[in-house]
Amino acid sequence: MPFEWTVALRLLREGRFQTLLILGGVTIGVAVVVYITALVNGLQANIIDKTLSTQAHVVLKPQEDENRRLVQAPGVVMAEVEKRTQRENTIDNWQSRMAAARAVPGVRSAAAMASGPGFAEKGGVRKSVALMGVELADYLKVVRLDDKLLSGRLRLPSGAVMVGSELARELGLSVGDRLRLVGATGRTESYLISAVLDFGLKDLNRRWVLLPLRSAQTLLGYQLDITEIYLQVNDLFQAERMAPLLAARTGLMADSWQVTNAQLVTALRSQSASTLMIKTFVSLAVALGIASVMVVSVVQKRREIGILRAMGTPARRILRIFLIQGGLVGLVGSVFGSALGSAIAILFTRLVLDDRGQPMFPISVTPALLATTSLLALLVGVLAALVPALNAARLDPVEAIRG
Amino acid sequence: MADVMTLSGIRKAYGGGRSPRVEVLHGIDLALAEGEFAALTGPSGSGKSTLLNIMGLLEAPTSGTLVIAGQSTAGSDDALRTALRSRYLGFIFQFHHLLAAFSALENVMMPVHAAHGRVTRADRQRALALLERVGLSAHAHKSPLQLSGGQQQRVAIVRALMARPRLVLADEPTGNLDTQSAQEAFALMREINASDGVTFLIVTHDPRLADTCDRQIRLVDGQLVASPDTGVNASPPA
Ligand SMILES: Nc1ncnc2c1ncn2[C@@H]1O[C@H](COP(=O)(O)OP(=O)(O)OP(=O)(O)O)[C@@H](O)[C@H]1O
Ligand SMILES: [Mg+2]
Repeated sequence: MPFEWTVALRLLREGRFQTLLILGGVTIGVAVVVYITALVNGLQANIIDKTLSTQAHVVLKPQEDENRRLVQAPGVVMAEVEKRTQRENTIDNWQSRMAAARAVPGVRSAAAMASGPGFAEKGGVRKSVALMGVELADYLKVVRLDDKLLSGRLRLPSGAVMVGSELARELGLSVGDRLRLVGATGRTESYLISAVLDFGLKDLNRRWVLLPLRSAQTLLGYQLDITEIYLQVNDLFQAERMAPLLAARTGLMADSWQVTNAQLVTALRSQSASTLMIKTFVSLAVALGIASVMVVSVVQKRREIGILRAMGTPARRILRIFLIQGGLVGLVGSVFGSALGSAIAILFTRLVLDDRGQPMFPISVTPALLATTSLLALLVGVLAALVPALNAARLDPVEAIRG
Repeated sequence: MADVMTLSGIRKAYGGGRSPRVEVLHGIDLALAEGEFAALTGPSGSGKSTLLNIMGLLEAPTSGTLVIAGQSTAGSDDALRTALRSRYLGFIFQFHHLLAAFSALENVMMPVHAAHGRVTRADRQRALALLERVGLSAHAHKSPLQLSGGQQQRVAIVRALMARPRLVLADEPTGNLDTQSAQEAFALMREINASDGVTFLIVTHDPRLADTCDRQIRLVDGQLVASPDTGVNASPPA
């Protein structure tokens, strides 16, 4: 073994108590970092997942000034207000726009949505609802419904609708029952309920009615147009960055989930910032702990260092011995700390359960997290050892030997 | 014969600044010839250890020049002094100064390990042979703490020889030993000097041991003085 490693290990072993002291400090520090990171990552992933399970990553909508089309003729600029029959802003020629959106790199799937206000009627009771016309197969590739199904099946053949649990309760409906839907055009149609869903929010459960795209277009008077294109992208954190390109390619307005949920994103960001701060302070505390114990141990090892110097050990090797010690305790401590932190995290998921006896959210102790934490601990160890190591390298061998 | 080390006009002062300046060595001129076996004697506080540390390049003189094996050390930095030290010099201290975290064998190999960063099979063979020579083969893998004082000092003596130095500087190597062990240690150094031609400079307070040396160098109050069998300081016996 190289000289520096041999000496570093032997001196660590000799100073057993101090070594254990530093290792304990690093272990606790790393455990805190691992646990907090896993907890916050799990929490955030869970919140984002819950939020996005009923939302598209990016929603393409008509331009707000779609109705006003600028016609440019040589020398003349005139605005012509195009007459539209619908009250809602709609997207025409949507198949080609959707194809353009799908062609943008990073887009995973797309679904057409024809939505608008309407009423649901049953036995003389009338409720205001949001009619949402979808091609179910496409829609399911953008949002997740299978975990929201309370009864019935996820099917949307012609003449079928899926409703939220609140609406079903208010109107006394269940799967197999019929209800009447009234659209903006005043048309009324009767539908068979194929499924009752729990969208996770009371308001959505009261208002959302999913029906086949064609039916919605007819009820709402959109003819062949739709109102939105829902997109799912591969990396959801890229949604905001991709929005301008999607807008340019499709000629539509693109809203990313980050913009739609600005408050949530801000909350998550400030949470991440505070975890970063906690991690920074923990790392600092660990660094100070390592440094202070090592400063003392260098003083205690003065005689040994002096002897090594007298035996012909160059100062740079002495420096390296103590840097290696710092790195080693950082690394070994990070192994123990990772184990401890993971254990606490796993214990947390076992002990803290929701009312259904399920873990509140999955805590994600990933290999990447452990790797970065170990790297951090290694770095902190080496940096913390720098001052003690420099002290050791500068030690006057004569003083050490005379003493 | 060529000189292993030549000192001229070596002065050493401590203090200055706030504490009073004290000159400990007042211009030492000394040459050690290849293969010499010399004693350095003198009263306590006369500057023997200081002189030895300067010769060992552990400490820089305030003024004067020092030449090792023909190489001047003027203006040398720590790295060069360390390199010269590990190439030409071996040390034996009053307190054996073995490292408790290492076995006897590892302690013996230390000078080579420290200088080269690693030890070869040949280094290990040499260290074992040295231990065998001082009758400590059986103790090679023991901690120094498990050895007697005499055994520890013998380990320290062969450690000083490990890197094949030209000059071994010994500061009261027997000061901490009983008469019997002291005589044995001296005999050992003598034998190594005779067989390997290594130069020795040994600080001792024991006149009988000093008398067994080829040459006696006497230091009083930071100056070399004439001693019975050598004439004034520098010149070695013919
Ligand atoms: N770092 C220092 N600062 C100030 N004075 C010092 C220092 N080191 C040694 N001295 C002084 O230098 C003088 C010589 O000390 P040195 O240790 O060389 O003597 P010595 O001959 O080896 O004595 P002994 O036989 O007791 O070992 C002493 O007066 C000592 O107090
Ligand atoms: Mg002394």
